[in-house]
Amino acid sequence: MDKTRRDFLILGTRLLVMTGATAAALEHVLNGAPEAATEYKKAEHWWAMIIDLEKCIGAGHCVRACKTENDVIDEPMFFRTWVERYHIDMEDPDHPIVDSPDGGINGFPEKYPDGSGKTFFVPKLCNHCEDSPCTQVCPVGATFQTDDGVVLIDKDYCVGCRYCIQACPYGCRYLDPRTHTADKCTLCYHRLTRGLIPACCEACPAGARQIADLKNPNDPAHEYLRTHKMQVLKPQMATRAKVFYNGLDGAVR
Amino acid sequence: MKPSFKDVEHLVRLAGLFLAGLLVFAVARAAYVPEDFGKFGHYRASAPADEAARVPVYAGRARCVECHEDIVQVAAPSRHNTLGCEGCHGALRQHADNPEVAVQKPDSRAGCMRCHSAKTGRPASFLNIDAEEHSGPDPCASCHKPHDPRAESGESNGQNAP
Repeated sequence: MDKTRRDFLILGTRLLVMTGATAAALEHVLNGAPEAATEYKKAEHWWAMIIDLEKCIGAGHCVRACKTENDVIDEPMFFRTWVERYHIDMEDPDHPIVDSPDGGINGFPEKYPDGSGKTFFVPKLCNHCEDSPCTQVCPVGATFQTDDGVVLIDKDYCVGCRYCIQACPYGCRYLDPRTHTADKCTLCYHRLTRGLIPACCEACPAGARQIADLKNPNDPAHEYLRTHKMQVLKPQMATRAKVFYNGLDGAVR
Repeated sequence: MKPSFKDVEHLVRLAGLFLAGLLVFAVARAAYVPEDFGKFGHYRASAPADEAARVPVYAGRARCVECHEDIVQVAAPSRHNTLGCEGCHGALRQHADNPEVAVQKPDSRAGCMRCHSAKTGRPASFLNIDAEEHSGPDPCASCHKPHDPRAESGESNGQNAP
């Protein structure tokens, strides 16, 4: 054998480098890096939603889809998205009657006779506000807005103090009794980052809900927002909500 | 030389207590605050990735179309051509990942009526009917194929048609 000390050192170094590379690769696999993470760039997106109330038929597909997709608790009945039915009696227009039986998950039983006034449906969800009151009040930094404009909750970090639930002007948050942490719509963040649309948009039979990427110049949402009379809920709260409604009645709160 | 302060023992004790408290705080903070907290803002930098790692339950229309292009062709001329498949069929990612997983057929009449029963508040542009008045006890599928529900396409009794 004519192996010199030099050969031995070179071989040793090579082995060391290879082991390091293998370990790094293994770590990457073990961490289960999300498949789309390499393609999805947060800085290139700014998510919002468009809801066309003129199309909403109150079928409740969105509520059911959301419950299934996000494992939203049934007992007690909480919602990440729900549908409200507004009825404005022409003889008492200042006091609209609002109902939402089980969040509209099974649709709405017929209640108001034709001609007694005006009835319409309003789907609601987290407005993913740019100046969201909920993220401002969190004492531990467990809820925040991501760089792509989605308000999320860090369930590992939430202490369940309920400040955010009180702070939300839209009543979009609830305390999940299973985890004792706050919960709400994530705009299906796990789907957006994979290039899918949220489950509610996927299931809506009337095309009333559209996800909009405001940073994507090719998104048809820009044309829609420009050519329709859009409104957000409670603009006086200055939350800069990002759920835009077409055909929103002034009676809606 | 006389010391400039007398009877300072209680102050030393207080300072000791304060330092001990500071130490406990520093140790607890290091233990409880995640390493990547505050990297991008007042939150744990890896939290969005954790949320994004959740696995979707709904496959999405594009996944359905990969295998079921024939259904898209059937629906193309009708007003059902823009519907997401999983609105009626339910969440189908498991089926999309493994076609062996059976798909439940949607309950025809109840399913149709979720959208098509005449109710106040529904836009007039949407096809709304009173089922009893419209067809009595007959199932919707005896005249309408669910994927192509136009009346003219249903004469062949769409019961088992796609």
